[in-house]
Amino acid sequence: MRALTDALIITKRQLLQLARVPEVLIFSTIQPVMFVLLFRYVFGGSINTGQPGGYVQLLMPGIFVQTTAFTLAATASGLAEDMTKGLIDRFRSLPISRSALVFGRTLGDGLLNVVVLFVMGIAGFLVGWRPTSGPVKIGLAFIFLLAFGYALSWVGIFAGLSARDYRVVQNVSFLITFPLTFLSNAFAPTTGMPRALQYVAEWNPVSTMVAACRELFGLKNQFGATAGSFPSEHPLPMSLIYMVLILLVFVPLSVRKYTHAAKK
Amino acid sequence: MKAIIADHLVKTYRNGEVRALDNLSLDVAEGTVLSVLGPNGAGKTTVVRILTTLLTPDSGSASVGGIDVIKHPDKVREIIGLSGQYAAVDETLTGMDNLVMFGRLYHLGKKAAILRADELLERFSLTDSARRPIKTYSGGMRRRLDLAASLIVQPKVLFLDEPTTGLDPRGRQEMWGVIEELVKGGVTLLLTTQYLDEADQLADDIAVIDHGKVIARGTSDALKTQVGGERLEVVVDQQHVGATMEIVSRVSGQKASLDEGLRLISAPVTTGAGALIEVLRSLDTAGIHPLDVGLKRPSLDDVFMSLTGHAAEDEVKELDTGKRSGRKSKKDKKVKGANA
Repeated sequence: MRALTDALIITKRQLLQLARVPEVLIFSTIQPVMFVLLFRYVFGGSINTGQPGGYVQLLMPGIFVQTTAFTLAATASGLAEDMTKGLIDRFRSLPISRSALVFGRTLGDGLLNVVVLFVMGIAGFLVGWRPTSGPVKIGLAFIFLLAFGYALSWVGIFAGLSARDYRVVQNVSFLITFPLTFLSNAFAPTTGMPRALQYVAEWNPVSTMVAACRELFGLKNQFGATAGSFPSEHPLPMSLIYMVLILLVFVPLSVRKYTHAAKK
Repeated sequence: MKAIIADHLVKTYRNGEVRALDNLSLDVAEGTVLSVLGPNGAGKTTVVRILTTLLTPDSGSASVGGIDVIKHPDKVREIIGLSGQYAAVDETLTGMDNLVMFGRLYHLGKKAAILRADELLERFSLTDSARRPIKTYSGGMRRRLDLAASLIVQPKVLFLDEPTTGLDPRGRQEMWGVIEELVKGGVTLLLTTQYLDEADQLADDIAVIDHGKVIARGTSDALKTQVGGERLEVVVDQQHVGATMEIVSRVSGQKASLDEGLRLISAPVTTGAGALIEVLRSLDTAGIHPLDVGLKRPSLDDVFMSLTGHAAEDEVKELDTGKRSGRKSKKDKKVKGANA
């Protein structure tokens, strides 16, 4: 109980930061909206999906997943900055539970994702995205996305605590998440990729997430299920397995890292 | 009763290559102030990090307020306050936000946290800036806020790691004032510093450390005595140097030494002001008018030099304007004092 209230205080800190510097929230939603517009109107016209409603139906789930994956960078750099500036030391010298800080931080990131996904959903609707599966499945898809974002923010925590300098972290996380989201079925079918790449793309958790979301939004998963690989055939259970694996590895690693954290 | 005990602490880095602490032992009696004095890299921060439960030593033991820091770090955290070398506060939040957040983390209720924050802001003259983000604060204000954050639950034992490093002379003076107030309130304080005058000013007791070991321990006076007593110094015109040398040597009982460039004649004395009067009288009789005359007590700089063989700030790597100007102003003062 104590640990939970401590964590919530940390979460509140993050919300206060957003209230004090609202630009952060504005820009972290503008970027994905920009992606929506670029893909929808620049590439969308040339990609024939054979899907009723066109490319935007396939694009939006991809953008949703990409957006949740990109928040990893913000988590990592935020934590690395706390570390460099000695805040982590202060938190560690307080009589609070060891997991409160990292746990609170991931909750805050989760809330941030709620806001960003909401804005993205509206942006998608405005450019013609129309999920057809009904409210329950649509709701499930968003819960799925939030869970994925939550799991990834633990990776961000670990990266942030391991970093030597917060200015490096953002770039490094971007270098990892950018190819990870493009080397997938998010924006183009995997069938057009060289064979080897196709396997990588289909085993990529981003792909299974995108495919799972497409299913939940009522689409036939056209960009997957081509190489006949297991993950592209079973995107929903595979995505769940990935999330559990990420949490199983990175929660203990992050808490351990925090406990032994030393200011660089 | 000892509020802090460190017993044969050893901490090595890079697989034993770097010995940050080498069997370091120290203790601080309740309600007193110990200054841990040493150059950069001497191990000051490592000691503080171990005592505040942030770091585990390779061997040795330590206790704070009678509680073992290795076995019961949680209990230690409840009675300590720590203010480090950097202002460890959230820069995007306001001063008020920060103090309320830390208050809540110290398990104060919402109202109590706000009340306490108000109190501390008032006490550290930050009320006017309470609603501004820390980003807009001066270095001195940040440090004061950082210190305020470490005082939220009135810690029994307070650790200040280089509280004035990087501050300009004014910021330093303000910080000293604040620390002196705290000490009057009876807190046990361990303060690290690389400024000898700071140790002199604030601490009851000084532990000089170098290469991870305590190389001297005692009051400022005791340390100075260890280096040697007072010296009598006279500056005269070139033509009187010879005669003055004789007079000073006679009063001192030891041969006076001469700095030819400054025409400064000096010798150790044991009778203090008496010796000064005697020398002045003899000079007057001889018709010599000294340009400057005085008794010089050894400074902690001299202590450090004689203990370690190098000056205290030899190892300061960073260019830090705050530090430089701080030192300079102190030297200026010394010169003025000698002329007065």
